Amino acid sequence: MRAAVVRKILFFLVILAIVIPVLFPFLWMLTSSFKTQVDIVAWPPRLIFSPTLQNYERVFREQNFLKYFMNSSIIGISAVSLSLFMGLPAAYSIARYKQKRLSMFILIARLMPGISFLMPWYIIFSRLKLMDSYIALILSHMLITLPIIVWIMSSYFESIPVEMEESAMVDGATRQRAFLSVVLPIAGPGIVTSVTLAFIFSWNNFMFSQVLSMERTKTLPIAIYNFVSYAEVDWGAVMAAAVAIMAPAIILTMIFQKYVVKGLTMGAVKG
Amino acid sequence: MKKRLAGRRDSMAMERKKGSFLEKNLHIIFPMPAVIFVVVMMLFPVVYTLFLSFTNWNLTSGMPLSIVFLKSYQKVLQEPRFIAALGRTFSFTALAVAVETILGMIVALILNREFRGKGFTKLIMLLPLVSTPVAIGIVFNLFYDPTIGLANFVLTRFGLPRQAWTGSAATVIPSLAIVDIWQWTPMIALILLSGLASLSSEPYESARVDGATEWQIFWRITLPMITPTLLTALILRTIDALKTFDIIYAMTGGGPGYASETFNVMAFKYSFEYFRMGQASVILVFLFMLVLFMSLLIVRMRKSLEL
Repeated sequence: MRAAVVRKILFFLVILAIVIPVLFPFLWMLTSSFKTQVDIVAWPPRLIFSPTLQNYERVFREQNFLKYFMNSSIIGISAVSLSLFMGLPAAYSIARYKQKRLSMFILIARLMPGISFLMPWYIIFSRLKLMDSYIALILSHMLITLPIIVWIMSSYFESIPVEMEESAMVDGATRQRAFLSVVLPIAGPGIVTSVTLAFIFSWNNFMFSQVLSMERTKTLPIAIYNFVSYAEVDWGAVMAAAVAIMAPAIILTMIFQKYVVKGLTMGAVKG
Repeated sequence: MKKRLAGRRDSMAMERKKGSFLEKNLHIIFPMPAVIFVVVMMLFPVVYTLFLSFTNWNLTSGMPLSIVFLKSYQKVLQEPRFIAALGRTFSFTALAVAVETILGMIVALILNREFRGKGFTKLIMLLPLVSTPVAIGIVFNLFYDPTIGLANFVLTRFGLPRQAWTGSAATVIPSLAIVDIWQWTPMIALILLSGLASLSSEPYESARVDGATEWQIFWRITLPMITPTLLTALILRTIDALKTFDIIYAMTGGGPGYASETFNVMAFKYSFEYFRMGQASVILVFLFMLVLFMSLLIVRMRKSLEL
């Protein structure tokens, strides 16, 4: 009996040893975002301080973060929507016609280093006078979102029994009709998974936006990066900005936890 | 009346015919938009980069591009910075992925049982994966700050000397690897965890009956059975680690000096800071050969393991 209790406590401590290191940077970021510069540079680091909202005020009032927030949202949502439009039929076709080569081709887009497309895009987009345009950013982000959607959805469609469509087709529906009115409505969980992950990866993208965007279409990761390039770093404001950037992705993850785990691990486990 | 009916029948037949054309070619028409997009946005740029690597194009010189064949390759390969970046890319990747694999395996084995709060633990583990790397890099910069950073505070508390962390050539790569390890160990752990959950329990039961120790069970049963999952996770992670850009660029910009300049960072600087497009293309060609090789490895391994 006692041994069991001791074991339980030990196990709990082991779990804490896993959870705390993972959580710690988030907690430090969050607490620092409520500190004044004086409290942040204090030595030894202060755990007790009087919290302030001035950092958030500075980030949203003076730094125009709301605009970058909008830019990130517009680009992310557009890239994901367009990718769904192209990716869902492609994923369905890969699943039902066993197009292994096609799925490899799309997978390579996921594996290739982004910079190998970025340089040519930079040249082409500047020639077309599309630098700092939403079109250029959305197109580039689609190369992140499309492979994620195809990759997740093709294995999701595979897991839907073919009989579902076949019975509809016996009743006279065409295959494309069966796809639209039978398969898609039950593919909801898969679509949620792929959309969540695709959006998060677009939201977090730094390299494409760093090169292709300037003031007009600047996204959040670029905004926070520019923020620390000043000589004297305003740590409190930077931490507030970091909280603001990560909050949407973290909230989405909390809401769609199950789907996100599935989406991230699916590829490796199932193949 | 008759005519009308015939007309209607005709149009219905037409519709069916049109439908059947679409239906017969669904396997081509459905993937078409995605394929065209990937070809235009990925394949074409890659070919263009390959072409540029045979030129000496420099965007700042204002000179028209001229084809110099392998001269740019020669120039880049003779650059000591290139070899150093190559070695650094590998050492960063090896260090990060090795630690991530071992830690990830340990964490997965610990979590692979039912306990209260398992869902919560898994949720916490997801958070690093979805965090913005640039922002994470900046948070770690605050930790690593030599004068106000928490990292040195902890060291001095234990009576250890202060470190320069990302500020010195000797410690910058391990310091950056720590960030990568923090962010991606949970991913390996979660992948392995769902792999472990899908293993059949039979071999375990018979091993226990035969009186095998936990240690033997791990080496003889768990490890061989989880190997396919482990390898796929390992290769995917290796490819991503080779491409690491955001945290390095945001935390050190490749410095101090060139001490943390990996392949990707070097290519970025050659392209968008020096605008030496010809030489940048050479670096890119090497980078995607590397990634292509790793990708082929995945395909091969999948085939041989029949995944």
